[in-house]
Amino acid sequence: MLDVLRHPWHWSIAGILIGLTVPLLYLIGNKPFGISSSFRHICAACLPNNANYFNYEWRKETWNIFFVIGILIGGIVGSTILSNSDQFVIASSTQEQLATLGINDFTKIVPTEIFSFTGLFTIKGFILIVVGGFLVGFGTRYAGGCTSGHSITGISNFQLSSLIATICFMIGGFITTWLFLPIIFKL
Amino acid sequence: MKKIIEEEGTNHQLTGESLTSNLKYILIGICFGIVFVKAEIVSWFRIQEMFMLASFHMYGVIGTAIVVATISTLVIKKLNIKTIYGEEVVFSERPFNKGNIIGGLLFGFGWALTGACPGPLYGLVGSGFPVFIVALLSAVTGTYVYGILQDKLPH
Repeated sequence: MLDVLRHPWHWSIAGILIGLTVPLLYLIGNKPFGISSSFRHICAACLPNNANYFNYEWRKETWNIFFVIGILIGGIVGSTILSNSDQFVIASSTQEQLATLGINDFTKIVPTEIFSFTGLFTIKGFILIVVGGFLVGFGTRYAGGCTSGHSITGISNFQLSSLIATICFMIGGFITTWLFLPIIFKL
Repeated sequence: MKKIIEEEGTNHQLTGESLTSNLKYILIGICFGIVFVKAEIVSWFRIQEMFMLASFHMYGVIGTAIVVATISTLVIKKLNIKTIYGEEVVFSERPFNKGNIIGGLLFGFGWALTGACPGPLYGLVGSGFPVFIVALLSAVTGTYVYGILQDKLPH
């Protein structure tokens, strides 16, 4: 059994399990599935502020913090007890395209020459990790949700705003991968 | 079916929750984090593959999730299924505003740079890439700055 679980999971299994989280959270707690709101709760609970945006009953949202702590623990379990037995493989065209940018190590799930504490102190690393992280937090909250809140929960509830937001997420990603990354990797 | 505009947070449960009743959300989170790692959704390379249109993997994950979530949501609405506490399920509505576009684009930039949306950021910290703590703190800072500037930004 453990052996079966150790192989990388098929996209359909992951999609079904992620999709089922939506009704599960509705039915056990009357809560919409969403992850980026955790950033707001952390700000409201931990940082000093008078802004209206952080002035709400954050204690009622404790569940969301528990949920993201769970994701972190799940990351530990998934990469240790259940760690992949097979070699990590990405599309060869992506490997070629990334090799032209100077990325040559495709053995880990992220390029460790950039996503490490030594990489952090390079211009590339700073932009990908710090600027990228900032844009994730700023953008998701400005947009009113992320992949979970908009693309999955929102679209499943037939919300036009969520469909528009999702299209913009994708456009932003395409622009970055095709136009910004080649520039950033020349710096 | 109740509809409300989402502004004041997302928890619509009326029944009070103790700290221990919140523990079940850790369990759901753990399962979720395992899925993120096992299906390689946390991988920066998978995200580049998606934006390079070189693989169906991520489209398959997100597409299947949307289909399953849509069918489940329709079933809950049609059959008026109640929560385990007997409450009516609240489907919050998020009306369109310009933030969906501007914020959406900015998040798209961040998604392709970090190779992670918010869920995977937490998952990556757990799966042996501690440098993502910096990305996570930076994301919280981004939200903080948004909260302070909210009134001045176009919506």
